[in-house]
Order: sequence, then structure tokens, then C-alpha cells
Amino acid sequence: MAELTRRQLLKAGAGSAGLALIPFKNPLGFDLRAAKKIQMDFRLAGAKEVRSLCPYCAVGCSLIAYTKEVNGKTQLLQIEGDPDSPVNEGRLCPKGASAMQLATSSRRVEKPLYRAPNSTKWEEKSWDFMLDKIAKNVKASRDNTFVAQDANGNVVNRTEGVAFAGGAAFTSEEGYLATKIMRTLGVVHIEQQARV
Amino acid sequence: MTNHWRDIKHADVILINGANPAEAHPVGFQWFVKAKLDPTKGPGNGGGAKLIHADPRYTRTSALADKYLRIRTGTDVAYFGGLINYVLQNNLHHADYVKNYTNASFLVNKDFTFNDGLFSGYNKDTRSYNISTWAYQTEGDPLPGPAGTTQPKAKRDMTLQDPQSVFQLLKKHYSRYTPEMVESITGIPKADFLDVAKVVGEMGRADKVMTIVYAVGLTHHTTGGQLIRSGALLQLLLGNMGRPGGGMNAERGHANIQGNTDHAISWDILPGYLRIPAPGQKTLDEYVAASAAKKSDPNSQNFFGTNYKNFMVSLLKAWYRGAAQPTNEFAFNFIPKPAVNSSWMSIFDQALKGKMEGLILNGMTATSIGPDTNQVLQGLSNMKWLVIMDPLPTTSSEFWRAPGMDPAKINTEVFMLPATHWIEKDGSFTNSGRWAQWKDQVLPPEGEARHDHWVFAEVFDRVKALYRQEGGKFPDPIFAMTVDYADARKPTLDEIAREINGKDLATGLQMTSFANLKADGTTTAGDWIYVGSYTDAGNMMKRRNGISDPAKNDPTGMGFYPTYAWSWPANRRVLYNRASADIDGKPWDPKRAGIQWNGTTWVGDVPDYGATIDPKSPTAFLPFIMNGEGVGRIFSNSMGDGPFPEHYEPIESPIPNPLHPNQSEDPVAFLYDAAAGRPNRFGKVADYPYVATSYRLTEHEHYVTQHVPLLVGLQPQAFVELPEELAAEKGIKNGDRVRVSSQRGKLEVAALVTKRLGPVTLAGNVKSYTIGIPIHWGFIGVSAEQNPKLAQYWLANALSPMVGDVGARTPEFKAFLVNVEKIS
Repeated sequence: MAELTRRQLLKAGAGSAGLALIPFKNPLGFDLRAAKKIQMDFRLAGAKEVRSLCPYCAVGCSLIAYTKEVNGKTQLLQIEGDPDSPVNEGRLCPKGASAMQLATSSRRVEKPLYRAPNSTKWEEKSWDFMLDKIAKNVKASRDNTFVAQDANGNVVNRTEGVAFAGGAAFTSEEGYLATKIMRTLGVVHIEQQARV
Repeated sequence: MTNHWRDIKHADVILINGANPAEAHPVGFQWFVKAKLDPTKGPGNGGGAKLIHADPRYTRTSALADKYLRIRTGTDVAYFGGLINYVLQNNLHHADYVKNYTNASFLVNKDFTFNDGLFSGYNKDTRSYNISTWAYQTEGDPLPGPAGTTQPKAKRDMTLQDPQSVFQLLKKHYSRYTPEMVESITGIPKADFLDVAKVVGEMGRADKVMTIVYAVGLTHHTTGGQLIRSGALLQLLLGNMGRPGGGMNAERGHANIQGNTDHAISWDILPGYLRIPAPGQKTLDEYVAASAAKKSDPNSQNFFGTNYKNFMVSLLKAWYRGAAQPTNEFAFNFIPKPAVNSSWMSIFDQALKGKMEGLILNGMTATSIGPDTNQVLQGLSNMKWLVIMDPLPTTSSEFWRAPGMDPAKINTEVFMLPATHWIEKDGSFTNSGRWAQWKDQVLPPEGEARHDHWVFAEVFDRVKALYRQEGGKFPDPIFAMTVDYADARKPTLDEIAREINGKDLATGLQMTSFANLKADGTTTAGDWIYVGSYTDAGNMMKRRNGISDPAKNDPTGMGFYPTYAWSWPANRRVLYNRASADIDGKPWDPKRAGIQWNGTTWVGDVPDYGATIDPKSPTAFLPFIMNGEGVGRIFSNSMGDGPFPEHYEPIESPIPNPLHPNQSEDPVAFLYDAAAGRPNRFGKVADYPYVATSYRLTEHEHYVTQHVPLLVGLQPQAFVELPEELAAEKGIKNGDRVRVSSQRGKLEVAALVTKRLGPVTLAGNVKSYTIGIPIHWGFIGVSAEQNPKLAQYWLANALSPMVGDVGARTPEFKAFLVNVEKIS
């Protein structure tokens, strides 16, 4: 079996997001960095700067994303560390520096996928199909496992058979809405990455 | 973090345990390096700092440390205990701070005891403590507390000499943690330990300050809570809490884990760390009486306890506006009341019992996270349905066809919903240092991807419609929930951010201070600690007045940057900062002031104290405003396993506890399998002779980066790290394939033989090896696709045990036993 080498992968990666790599010294003996800088300036000329944040750890490095409208579509040209941030002062680690490859990944799940019980494969489905079924499942499981009063007669209004976990990777506003909705549905098993 | 990333540069000593910032938080680590090397500053001015790293593995953090200590994983209570004992024995504590700013002077109940590893009140049948003796002696008339409660004043002896004083009990408790005992437990040679103790001991001087930095290497143990408390206790003794360059600083590992802890995606809390109500609490007052701290000194402000009801009612008004009225306890009954712990492992425990019907997993993959992946896979297989929301496939979305699984036998209905990436939406992330930073949307959603919050909103709206059509169990909260968004199915994050901040219902104006929240139903706040983040002046989290103009943007020169983003609470950059100044309000160290009293007002950082309270006034509050005591708690009854930290062995350990072999492990650690009547899944050292610990690499973030080719290229394949000596004993060479097995599962990966790991000598003569296991691989991702046969057994958490800390229920990911063998 052919094992993947670091070199092959760097090569593969360079094809899609080479900008994140440090330019190698030219074998002919002159430094390509100046030329690379000019090329980069051209590439970013007229681009829009948008403030973002690194999606990985919780240092909270600020990013500047450069985009351009091409044929009515927003194209991401480059992501850099924001030099004005008191947190990262423009610096990024290997993960942050390659954030563009996550942002423009060709490996995304493109359509909602459904696996029926005991099935061996995914089926592509519409959002309407998925959300309709999920809503019915949530309601059925809530109704099946809802405890209005415990054995001691205390009002507890809890849904014991539905759990929600997530939220270390999405925004505070999304997380707050998730908490509000899950508690309103009576969910007690609520968790994210804080313990694990 | 009590402090924040940039503040670390102010430290004289940086004590790092259970963390590897150079590799796991490399950009944050620049501030550590600045503290050490900043050429513009000398020692004591934020330059020339000493960096001390205790870790089982010599990492890049160790490489930059002034002193590296090879410590056995999970024994940091003993290490901190040794430092505490050294400080106390040599009288090196910050005497004024300890006397006035901690509960060292409080007198403890005479029936409180500690014998042979057990505190008073232990019940071995229930594996829990009755904590009635973990209490203060009291005197005088009861002091009024929240919700009509009362509590008498705690007795104090300001000379700290009373044998029942916290200070004397502390001395006695820690006297057992001698340098010899530290060596016996941790494996750190006595001489090396004493070198460090000497450096740490100097940090009790008022003109010195030390920071403690940690990560999940401290939390992921059955003693996780007490590991952190040990550090906090040392910091209180040295007078380092509340000070720039000091504090207890948790390096958190995900972009918004802090923000969504604050917003209570956690079974035990509601937004802003309000406790989830418990069964039997019928009214708001009963809830507040049971949840809020009570004053134990007349000068204690007890800010949180006193305002608890204001915060809770404002939350209920945010969630159930019109339906939350004084006549129905502001819809208190709408909040579910859990019977038992409902945290991460409990979800899968319930699934193994067949009681969990459905799970929604959002940007989080249970299969990889574990612990005890094989039990997690069984749990997922037992559920009726599973919803995955993620931009990319995960080991959970694909669990039904994981290696060894037979999809035809798995009944679980699985929904994979393509979610948008972070860059396709706006909204805020709160970093480890509590800075809430807003990001703008960069790209439109890819393909059919939808925002997570739109999915939540629409599922909720559809569930609500079903209840309207069909009826069902207690639909009242569902009908009543405030949906104050222009489009109920497509709320904007801006709308939600405004809701979190809250408003005055009479005027319609956004709240500006949580001090103005009320319990009469006239104010809202979705999360009281975020009040001020989005006022009528705008979204404070968007502010970006950064380092290009330090004179304007950092007026104190202390790196607070008060108009860059927004920091909770109240834009305060260092928590507990009243304690950065002495009793009279003068900074302990004028070169590194937090806040100070200028005769009329407190200046500097946003004060953690009434802005105009004269510190010399006889009614001035005690320095720590958030708890009932008003001072830092060296002794505390809020931990389930003891008021002082004690070293207990991990559940799977290479040696019996040298302190008390009869009580080797934490007596109240939660054993999920035993409690549920399932067979024991713990191994013994005779069968699994090596200690294993898990960790991250710089190039990967948990599991998502398995989809990023550049990063897979930098760290292409699963491996375990083996010490050279052990590898030589086993005939394993660098690059050989090895099988690592625990009582629960196995890994088959490449061996990386290094000098970074090595043996330690425990309990006098036991030679113990540690194996290092990076967590990042599984059967999904670029590398797994290219190596499908090799990737069959790449899930690190197939090895880890399903056991939890008594309070936090963190799994023991960082210390368990394994065997290792070469695959021929």
C-alpha cells in the first residue's frame, strides 16, 4: 500500500492554497520573495477587506479576509492575521494561516443527507424533507419522554430523551438561541466541548 | 482566564501545568515569550520572566522554559500541594493579602476532620459526602441574605493562630506534601522540585507576580476540579489573584467555547452561570435561596447573590416576555428541572440504558471525543435518531459505517445537515481571555448550506406548528417563547446579540449595566454578564481600536485596550481587580497597577468594585464581591470531594496512593458503568503496565482539520509517541506499527520513538513509563481516505475510560493504563 507522504500532501495542498506557504529559495540562487510580494499586491489590489476571526482555538486571533466580486460571485483571495489586534498582532499559527483552505474546502457536504434505519447508504434529500422529519422526531421523543411531575410530586417539566451537544465552533448568538430553544423544549441533556 | 492573553507579558513567573501553549496556542504563546525576552523591560517590569513547565512530555513549551519538570500525569495536586507546603513552612505567603483578602482567618466547625484520605461525612454506600461539617463557626445576629434568607456572621481570628482557623487547618493538611512525598507521587526529583519551589516562593512579595496557566491537561482527570483549585489556592496565598500578570488562566481550545459556556450550553447552568433549578424548588424565592450565595460578613457585598433574582427574572422576561408575570413566578415552571447529572457522559450512559431517543450534534463528534468510543458507538446505535449539523462529514455522521459496524443492524435514523462555515456568517466569538469579538460575514453560504441558528429556529417553528395542530405534552413554554425576530425562521445574529444584552421594557432602551436589572419584570437580559455588549450606542464587540495607536487606545499602558472588542463582565479586562490594590487602594506594585484609588474614584481597568467607594470607609466592601465571604476561599464547601484539594490516584494507576493506600482513588469520582450495573471496564497495572495521556498537535484542531490538506500534509498519519527506553525494551523502532490497547479498545498506529518522553521513578522504586497519544485521527478525512486499511483503528478515545470528576464530570482522558506491542 502506498502511504501518503508529507511531500505529496504539501504538493497537493500547494495547488489549492499555495499562498499560505513560505516561498522557497529559488534553486538558481536568487530570492523570489520580492517577486512574490509584487504578485500578491497585484492579486489584492482593489480587494475588499473584511474582518473575521480564526475558527480554531480560543486565542481569538483576528483575521482580515480579502474578497473580490467576480461574475457576481464573492471570491475569497486571501486570509491574513490582522496586524492591529492586541491579541495576535497579525500573527497566525499553521492552522490559522491555512484557514482559507478550510473556508474554501471542496470537501463540504453539499446537500442534506438522510440515512434511513438499517440502510447502508446516504440519500440526498430536500431541506423540507429533513426539517419536517426532524421536527416530528423531536416532538415524538419529547412527548414520549416528557416528565411533568417527578415521583415526589414536584413540577419538573423536563424532556429526558432528547439531547443537544455542540457550540464550541459557532457564535455566541447561535449558542444562546440553541440554549433558549432547547430549554424551552424541556431538554436537560445540554452539553458542549467545555468538559470534553 | 481571570486575565487575558496580552496580560501574560506582565508576569515575573509563568507556571504552566497541563498545557502546552507553544504548540496548542502558539499565537497566545507570544505573550509568554515577551514576558521572558522583552528586551525593552528588565525583571519585574514584564521582562526576564521565568517560565516553569511541568508536563509528562518535553514539548516546545519545555524547550523555552527555564525549568522543565517531568511530572507523572494526573499528579499536579501533589505538585501544587508541595509548593503550597513550601510557601507555608517558609512563611513566604503574602501576609497582608492572606489575612485580609482570603478566608484564612475564618474558623471552621470543630467536627471537621480529615483522616486517611477521607474528609468528615463520607458515606461509602452512596459514594458521596454529607458536607454539614465543612462549614464555618458563626456568631452574632443573622445577616440578611437573598430571597429572605439569613446567615450568621462567620467567626474570624485575624491573628490566624486559632487551631480551627482555615490557615492552621491548611498548614496541617499540606504538611504531608513534603518534597519527598512530591517526588514519590509525581516522579519529580526532590532537588528539581526545590529549585522551582524557591522561585515560586519569591512570588509572595508584593512587588512580584506569578501567573498560572493551564489547559485540559489539568481538567481531564477524576480530580480535575481540585487540580484547578490547587493552583487557585497557591495564587491566593501568594497574593496573585486579581493582579495584572497574575491569576488563574485556562487556555481554552475552541474558537467559541468560552462564549457558549457563558451562554450555558451546559446541563447545570442557565446563561450567566445561574444555576439550573432543581426539583422541589416551587418558587423563584426557593430557587434563589438554594442557589445564591449568602453573606458571611456584614462588609461582604455578595454582588452575585444579592442580584441573583434580578438576573433570573430578566432572563425569564427575555425568554417568555408576556407569559412571564409576577402572578406565575415569571414562568419559572417553564425551565426544566433535571433529576440527575445530565452532562456529556450521561448522554451516552442514558443511551446505553436505552433511554435516550435522539441527539443533535452540532460541530462536535461524539465518536472521536469519547471517552470509551466503543460504548459511544453502542450508545449512538441505540438511539432512534441522530441529527448532525456540520459543514463537513464527521466520525459521528458516518458512525453507522465505521470500521467494524454493520449498518444493516443499526436502527438509528441519521440526518446530516450541511451547516455554514464560520466565515459564511457574522456573530461573535469570545476568546479565552473573555474578549467578545464580532466578525463580519465574508462569504455567502456554500451550496445548500444553512446557518445553524436558522436550522434551530425553523425546527422550533415546525415543532410549535405540530403542537398547535396535534396538541401534546405541556406545549405552554413552546407557545410562549419570545420570538422577537423579523423572520421567525431566519433570525439575524444582530437581533440575537441585542436580545442577549437586554433592554428596559418601559423605555425600550438597551440596558447599559447589569446593576440596573430588576426582579419586577421591567427589564430583560438574555445573559446578564453580557449586559453592555450591545447598547444603543452600538455593538461594542465590533470595536477595533487596536495597537496602531497605543497612546490613544491603551491609555493605562497595561494592555487593556478598553475600546478593542468588549470583555465580560462590564468590559473588565482583569477579574477580581480590587485585589490588585492594597487595603488603602494603592497598587501592590505601582509598575503593574490594575486599579487604584485616587482619592475620589477608582481608576485604571474597569473596577470590580463600586467606582466611588472609599477603601478606608468603615462600610467599604471586602475585595471579592462575587461570593458570600467577600474574600478568596482557601477553604470551600462548593467542591464535592473536599474543602481542601487532596491527591488521589487516577482510576487506573500504576501505583497505590503513597499518601493513603487504603483510599487510593478519589472516593467520590463517578463510575458510570458501576452505577448503571454494567460490567467493569477498568484495567489493572499487571495487564496494562504503561500510563497513557492524550494531547493535541499544533497542526490539527481536534478532528475538523482532517479535511484540510495542508494540515494533513504537515501531520499526515496517526501515531503514538513512545519513550526510547521503552521502545528499546520492546524491540520497537521509529515508524514500526504498534498496537496500543486498554481494557476498552485498541489503536493500531505508527510508533514515534522520542526522547521527549521518559521514565519516572515513583513511590521510591517503581519505574513508570508514559505513552503519548495525539487525538486527531479517525476513519474520516483526507488521511483516512488515502490509507483506508491503516485507518481502521485510529480513534484515540477507544482507549479512554468512562469515569468522571465528581462535580464537573470531566472524563479522565489524560491518565489511564495501556499495553503496547509491536505489530509484526
